Amino acid sequence: MTTRSFGEPIARLEDPRLLKGEGRFLDDIGHRALAAAFVRSPHAHARIVDIDVTDAVGVDGLVAVYTHDDLDGRAGEALPVLIPHETLTHGRTGFALAKDEVNHVGEPIVMVVATDRYLAEDACARIRVEYDFLPPVVGIEAARDAGLLVHDDVPGNVSAHMVQSRGDVEAALAAAPNVLDLDLDIERSASTPLEGKGVHARWDADDASLRVYTSTQASTSVRAALAARLELPLDRVEVIAPDVGGGFGVKIVHPWPEEVLVPWAAIRLGREVKWTEDRREHFVGAAHERGQLQHVRVGFDDEGRLLGLDVTVWHDNGAYTPYGIIVPIITTTQLLGPYKPDAYRAEFFSLYTNTVPVTPYRGAGRPQGCFAMERTMDAIAAHLGLDRTVVRERNFIRPDEMPYDQGLIFQDGRPLVYDSGDYPATLEKLKKLVGWEEFAAFRDEARAAGRRVGIGIACYVEGTGVGPYEGGWVKVETDGSVVAATGLTTQGQGHKTAFAQVVASELGVPVDRVAVTTGDTRRFGYAVGTFASRAAVMSGNALAAAARKVRDKALRIAGEALEADPRDLEIVDGVVRVIGSPGGAPGASIPLATVAVLANPLRYAFDREAERATQFGGPVDFSKPPVAEGESPGLEDTGFYSPPRSTFANGMHAAIVETDPETAEITILRYCVVHDCGTLINPRIVEGQIHGGVAQGVGGALYERMVYDGAGQLLNASFMDFLMPYSTEVPVIETDHLETPSPLNPLGIKGAGEAGVIPGSAVLASAISDAEGFAITRMPISPSDLFSLRLARESR
Amino acid sequence: MKPAGFTYHRPATVDDAVAVLAEVSPAGKVLAGGQSLVPLLNMRLAEPEHVVDINRLSELAYVRADGDAVRVGALARHADVERDAAAYAVLPLLRETLGYVAHPTIRNRGTTVGSIAHADPAGELTAVLALLGGTVTLRRAGGERTVAAADFFTGPMSTCADAGELVTSATFPVPEGRTGAVWTEVARRHGDYAVCGTGVVVTLDDDLRVAGARAAYVSMGPEPVLLDLTDAVAGAPFDDADWPAAGRLAAGRLEPDDDIHATAAYRTRLAEVLTARALRAAAGRPSVVA
Repeated sequence: MTTRSFGEPIARLEDPRLLKGEGRFLDDIGHRALAAAFVRSPHAHARIVDIDVTDAVGVDGLVAVYTHDDLDGRAGEALPVLIPHETLTHGRTGFALAKDEVNHVGEPIVMVVATDRYLAEDACARIRVEYDFLPPVVGIEAARDAGLLVHDDVPGNVSAHMVQSRGDVEAALAAAPNVLDLDLDIERSASTPLEGKGVHARWDADDASLRVYTSTQASTSVRAALAARLELPLDRVEVIAPDVGGGFGVKIVHPWPEEVLVPWAAIRLGREVKWTEDRREHFVGAAHERGQLQHVRVGFDDEGRLLGLDVTVWHDNGAYTPYGIIVPIITTTQLLGPYKPDAYRAEFFSLYTNTVPVTPYRGAGRPQGCFAMERTMDAIAAHLGLDRTVVRERNFIRPDEMPYDQGLIFQDGRPLVYDSGDYPATLEKLKKLVGWEEFAAFRDEARAAGRRVGIGIACYVEGTGVGPYEGGWVKVETDGSVVAATGLTTQGQGHKTAFAQVVASELGVPVDRVAVTTGDTRRFGYAVGTFASRAAVMSGNALAAAARKVRDKALRIAGEALEADPRDLEIVDGVVRVIGSPGGAPGASIPLATVAVLANPLRYAFDREAERATQFGGPVDFSKPPVAEGESPGLEDTGFYSPPRSTFANGMHAAIVETDPETAEITILRYCVVHDCGTLINPRIVEGQIHGGVAQGVGGALYERMVYDGAGQLLNASFMDFLMPYSTEVPVIETDHLETPSPLNPLGIKGAGEAGVIPGSAVLASAISDAEGFAITRMPISPSDLFSLRLARESR
Repeated sequence: MKPAGFTYHRPATVDDAVAVLAEVSPAGKVLAGGQSLVPLLNMRLAEPEHVVDINRLSELAYVRADGDAVRVGALARHADVERDAAAYAVLPLLRETLGYVAHPTIRNRGTTVGSIAHADPAGELTAVLALLGGTVTLRRAGGERTVAAADFFTGPMSTCADAGELVTSATFPVPEGRTGAVWTEVARRHGDYAVCGTGVVVTLDDDLRVAGARAAYVSMGPEPVLLDLTDAVAGAPFDDADWPAAGRLAAGRLEPDDDIHATAAYRTRLAEVLTARALRAAAGRPSVVA
């Protein structure tokens, strides 16, 4: 294997293990642990009058039953609002176990611990909770009307109201020769990772320490949260994310009630306790996203140029705001995409409903913003009779305008400044890839055969790699292998491969010699987490920094051993050598393994390797101490990366769909993606991220919705009725890349994790509108929905 | 999602199985492929006191086809029926319909008779059995009876089988005369229960004119709905019949419900369109017009 693996489409190093069933997911851990199960609210809004556990007490194997009254100290306090914001004037969270009131179906009320999960569920079934019913608030309209309140002390059901603007939008609209109004609607979906949440906790009374395994996207922060909640010193708590079967955002929220309760019970009982979320629990006890109503008022000139854009968003935040208002902030700030209206104003109302809380799901508000902007672009094109790509092109920020300040404050509290990108070039590539100009002929041909087809386009810009920082640690072992660690977690993205490529390339070793650990606080304690398409940007650059320091140290030590100037040395395939001396004359090279031995002088020769490093193992320069002043033993180092602001990737999707004139079935004939996430570490992994994102975009556009009835019951809380697309529903995805490096980080990379999902609803709405000849304003859309729309138009 | 406790029985013969069922009646539930029962148990939507596992009854693991019928034993997996060459030769409709039943992994475990005994109104094989005028054979301690499909299905998820009875086989008759049969459906995703599905049989006379047109539907009522649509197309040449008229006739006689995936009006439209498409395809089958 060659040393230079950075940029190569190598196969994922983690796959053989996972494909052979050797993964260690949460439920694979702790087979002897006690099992927890929860009594969850069957009602959307109710006061808890009484909890009667009498009948459960007789269940064999029952160990403990806990309600809120049992939660001592800080464990009983309300869960945190993780990301406060000055406009979040009425943030509310629940408790680990409900106290007095429940605000959505699925809220945990009683925790049962038993010798196994079967018995724990038996006991749950025998616990009787008496409720005083309160009328539920379901749906954004009901929340906005505020005839009923979710929380008595939150007027209007409004958790946050925020306005951002640039320029005088009122004046721009008043002066615009053309003004359009659009009312848009996006329904709820959810992350739905194949592995739900799960927690295993072990209290070591002798060591007074707690070890927690949790299926999380933020192990260091779970650790800090648990230390605070359980009132333990931070250094007595270890949190490890084992193999995680997908996150897509829902596992960035923490601490989940169960993340507090399982360790709390483990300490109290002095026994291992485990809880593995089941599918139904995940649907009602985790988080959803996407649901928004939007109103757009846009003014534009006769060429289609945006003069004023005024957007109002009513965002459904569900029963609580544990993750603050990140989602609507992202919607309203990322909505502009690659465009530059003269004036922009965005206002949102974040509203409570008696439904599962809303927290980020891959895309995190961007799909909704993209939908608003791109539906608007199509509306302008239709109004003026212009080609949809022409209208977009005329509004693009040009490459020579970079960096471009959108004049807004982004989700990280920093200015929204695009760092780089070439939007006209991206569009050109896409038009070529999909055959935009040739589509009219295809449409005519199809029409002659009685078929109905349409083409759609959607563009987006995505802020990725938000701070504040990540770190990395790299060490060369005495056998020449390399171990590296970063604190952020991985959920299947292929981080261990991409990070190994970064480290291997910086260090000059074969990539299969590098083993990377993520998300283990025992290995790296400082981290933020995996979200916002930030892992490659943040930990990639941090690990590169650490590897460079290790490389410098290795060259210095090798220089002493070879009696050469370190500046004349290079590392190739794990060997330090004089630059340009392959094969190496005697005395002109030294294996990195030997350098690692030299880096750590030993007293004790526990094996042959170690013997070489002892004080009597080789020639010694008595004029110097064994470890040079200012140095530390070992060939290892730590690096951090903290960006001044986010870096902005972009992409454009085009889709060709066919709608059946008789059955209203919607078929995607082609799906094309052009994507620019800066310098690619591993094109194969980026491609996979795009494919996964598109699959979720197709799901959100054509299949997935959360169907709540008026009582706040989720009617489709299973994979039978929540229609996550199968591989048979996902089209072949044709991709092309641009690589516009980010000037903000040494590796020039931008995030890629969320990109594929962002324009899904926008591009498919565009294509279906084109096929049908009328504008689609509500997504997702099913064949039954399309049939109803056709009927409504025919009867007008 | 763990089931409540139950007593597990694993008889080795059909006689033992019906003896156990009689003994525990009415608290027993038969486990064959488990593709419906196990999720119901896990979600505690069913909490039988006794589960009688028939997977050891190898005497029921058969697919037998002759010129008159395809007979399927209670332990034949969907995949066994789907792949059976003799069954395909006499009744291609079975294989073609099974292609719409869930996914290969489910068809490898799920049994055809189990799906009929479960009587889900969305189950394709229930409709095919009704369409062909098939029968079901039930064994109980000390006896056996054979029931016509029309009498077997009594409502959604309910049949005339007694608690002590085991459905041992289903018999799909081969349609007589110059006939063609087709299954078609629209589902939200590949392999999902149909939003609307229909199987049809068209019979032609020796002049290749339509003599009969029947259709059976899933997801259009509480049990498989069987319609005779001959009136709309009787006597018409096979390649020039007014199939849309037959579709309209069907649509006018079906009364589906709304659910979270589709409105009743949409289902009715699908029935109209799919009926016409399926009838046209069935009448045009080369084997029919040859």
